[in-house]
Amino acid sequence: MQHIISLLMENESGALSRVAGLFSARGYNIESLTVAPTEDETLSRMTIVTSGSNEIIEQINKQLDKLIDVVKLIDITANGEHIERELMLIKVQADTSEKREEVKRQADIFHGQILDVTDTTYIIELTGESSKLDGFIKAMNSADILETVRSGATGITRGETCLRL
Amino acid sequence: MELSGDDIVTQFLKDEGVEYIFGYPGGAVLHIYDALFRQDAVKHILVRHEQGATHAADGYARSTGKPGVVLVTSGPGATNAVTGIATAYLDSIPLVVLTGQVTSAFIGSDAFQEVDSVGITRPCVKHNFLVKDVKDLALTLKKAFHVATTGRPGPVVVDIPKDITDPNIKIPYEYPASIALRSYNPVVEVQSSQVDQAVDALLSAKRPMIYSGGGSVLSNASKELRTFTRQLGYPITQTLMGLGAFPEPDPLNVGMLGMHGTYEANMAMHDCDVLFAVGARFDDRVTGEIDKFCPNAKIIHVDIDPSSVSKNVHVDIPLIGDVKQVLVALSKAITASKRHPDVKALKNWWKQIKEWASKDCLRYDRNSALIKPQFVVEKLYEITGGDAFITSDVGQHQMFAAQFYKFDEPRRWINSGGLGTMGFGLPAAIGTQLGNPDDTVACITGEASIQMCIQELATAFQYSTPVKVVNLNNRYMGMVRQWQEFFYESRYSQSYVEALPDFVKLTEAYGHVGMRIEKPEDVEGALKEAFAMKDRLVFMDFITDQKENVYPMIAAGKGHHEMHERELA
Repeated sequence: MQHIISLLMENESGALSRVAGLFSARGYNIESLTVAPTEDETLSRMTIVTSGSNEIIEQINKQLDKLIDVVKLIDITANGEHIERELMLIKVQADTSEKREEVKRQADIFHGQILDVTDTTYIIELTGESSKLDGFIKAMNSADILETVRSGATGITRGETCLRL
Repeated sequence: MELSGDDIVTQFLKDEGVEYIFGYPGGAVLHIYDALFRQDAVKHILVRHEQGATHAADGYARSTGKPGVVLVTSGPGATNAVTGIATAYLDSIPLVVLTGQVTSAFIGSDAFQEVDSVGITRPCVKHNFLVKDVKDLALTLKKAFHVATTGRPGPVVVDIPKDITDPNIKIPYEYPASIALRSYNPVVEVQSSQVDQAVDALLSAKRPMIYSGGGSVLSNASKELRTFTRQLGYPITQTLMGLGAFPEPDPLNVGMLGMHGTYEANMAMHDCDVLFAVGARFDDRVTGEIDKFCPNAKIIHVDIDPSSVSKNVHVDIPLIGDVKQVLVALSKAITASKRHPDVKALKNWWKQIKEWASKDCLRYDRNSALIKPQFVVEKLYEITGGDAFITSDVGQHQMFAAQFYKFDEPRRWINSGGLGTMGFGLPAAIGTQLGNPDDTVACITGEASIQMCIQELATAFQYSTPVKVVNLNNRYMGMVRQWQEFFYESRYSQSYVEALPDFVKLTEAYGHVGMRIEKPEDVEGALKEAFAMKDRLVFMDFITDQKENVYPMIAAGKGHHEMHERELA
């Protein structure tokens, strides 16, 4: 099953490679990984999307927690209600009025925004759960997709449960 | 006080109470070596290869319980140390390894003797640091010692660029006596609810088994383990790494378990209904085929590292905490429960175990005209009164040492169990001897392993460490040969060592005493003669039976109840 794990780690060089190295050394799946500083400049927050059996997920959580640079960790998926968001920028072929209309229509359905328009291309911005972004890609004619870039999922727990010091 | 980086290193080591530093100089650490020259608190041991430095520091750490400290230069100095760092990592041994690095401004430019030491060592250290500012140096060193020695111990690397130790830049220095890391707070105390569950399971057992590992040694829990085991009267087996925490010549001890464990230990593991695992990590050499491991047992697991629990084998009752403290809590709780073990069931269980033990699974041909390696270890045990520090290399001789030297104290048996590093034994013996100058130290090795760090004979001469080397010389890489005999239809591919040195002459060339022993009747006399030379390193080259194998043996894919046994005519 897919899990989203969020962690706070010391904002030090090498911290990211410790996490990436752990996943490759132990053969764990890593579907996406995002990292950025937090409001506390000494801490970075990392979101990892991974998958595996319950035993593997338990080991991943324990092994991550064992890294000296990891200050705190939460398995967002295992913690119940949460919000997941991913950002995608997608550039599509829009060189005929028919295509331009179709792309605009799909973007509206998915609450996307068109950020850039040229004679031949559109760039659309979409946010949402990763599955929604997958849905948009499916809805597009694959021959018209020129480029996609996705941020990888981030997430936050609902209500009072927080990942903070 | 105002100090420059090089003096901060030596002053810090002094303040930290470091007695020895094992190392080898080179460009990036020359400032530190100059600082070492100007002081006499920390004694530097000059090895002949950086791998030897890490193993010597490791042997010092294992035998004394104090962290081992290493100093090597950048590039090849650091990469040569990696094998020793990984060896310590797999066995959870506290080491602090200082690696020199090229000047900060050159990092990343492929400078002379530059290698990404932090990157290379990352997968085989508990943690590592790159010092970026001399102001962080003392604190980083303190963090390194703190992380290496607390929780589940392990090696820590501190990479120090040359400019950080510049003798011309002085800053205020104060020894950081204590330190707190917000991201690192190892659990020590166990939860009481878990203790109650464990006590209930233990006292409900009909066929209990205690399985103790290296964690019992590392946690200095030998006394507590003895109290706990004797309080219950349950059988105990120890892993290769755990030998000596519970005395081996004790009726409750059924011997080592695992691939070359005793028949009774492995059969008892297979048939037990409650398994109490303490400071052990269910290593594949211990469990055999996981699907066949302890099929009917409820498993209790004591470990300081949560990630060890349910990693290889599902655990029913985890007890996370320091082994020593958990055992104290359990002993107390057992007494307080006013409950007792099931005496009748236990009696039947012991009867069964005795029956298994009656197979005498470690028997070997005592009438052989050739020297049997087991015989040498048995005689060594007798002659040293069982209280020597024994280091070993890796292979058949290591297993014979584990099977036939009956350790009754912890930290006496020093071997590379996890990584299985050939070349470990001799430098580890030197480190052990330095840490225990008044004790007897012997290195049980083979002609293949010993050659992997033979250059350390020079170190032993320089520092007069009177180690006794027991070389079980069968002219083969014995364990490789054994596997080839069993599983490759006796195709001895590259396991026969065609050109061996004359070990007696070689030893003498290094300034030591060499002996060659070729007949069983000469074994005892040679050992006595060697151990009488208290202040000399003596290398005993025992020419042993080439075909001897280690029994019993659990082959790959087999369970504890499916051992190969020796067939004697």
